[in-house]
Amino acid sequence: MKFGIVINEGPYTHQASDSALQFVKAALHKGHEIFRVFFYHDGVNNGTSLGVPPQDDRNLTLEWSGLAEKHGLDLVVCVAAAQRRGVLDEDEMGRHGKSANNLAPGFRISGLGQLIEAGIQADRLVTFGD
Amino acid sequence: MATLHTVNKSPFERNALESCLRLAKAGSAVLLFEDGVIGAMRNTRFSDKVTQAMNDFSIYVLGPDIQARGLDNDKVIDGIQVVDYNGFVDLTTEHDTVQSWL
Repeated sequence: MKFGIVINEGPYTHQASDSALQFVKAALHKGHEIFRVFFYHDGVNNGTSLGVPPQDDRNLTLEWSGLAEKHGLDLVVCVAAAQRRGVLDEDEMGRHGKSANNLAPGFRISGLGQLIEAGIQADRLVTFGD
Repeated sequence: MATLHTVNKSPFERNALESCLRLAKAGSAVLLFEDGVIGAMRNTRFSDKVTQAMNDFSIYVLGPDIQARGLDNDKVIDGIQVVDYNGFVDLTTEHDTVQSWL
């Protein structure tokens, strides 16, 4: 079955990103397809490569990047939510005249159309948040 | 058209569980996870309401989130089924839609 996943909460806030990660791992393990993971609202903070959690803690951004690399996941960060929170890729950095970019590997910035498409294309859309 | 409702907050913190149980269509399933697992515990002031709701709903609770909070599977209200993440995935595939009570 095809899953769309929505994450509305940043890492290390409550548990949304952790729950979504465990859910996605279990779904992949069971042979399901993850059509897309859409990071919205504070969820875009999962996509910053500049987080440095303590070494004995989990690194959620690295976990998502690793999972994306291993399983070809499409990790989409909402552009408007990301701009507000300072999550930029190289294009957005140039477009807004900023001095740095921080989008982690495996993530891409796009718009709400990607969420709508996930809702249409996926058999199930599961939302994790606050 | 059966729906899986997910509730991730304790009933002592928010009214998501009460709203869900009040409004969801009979025959739906409810999964309690994250802090929502508190709602699955016996001997709280919400236990009777949850027990009664099982006349209309199948109620599930995510085991790993019970353990993560130092709680005991043995204290889960009788009739609530404990599932793991694989069970969570299965619940989403067995139902037509998933409604998250955020």
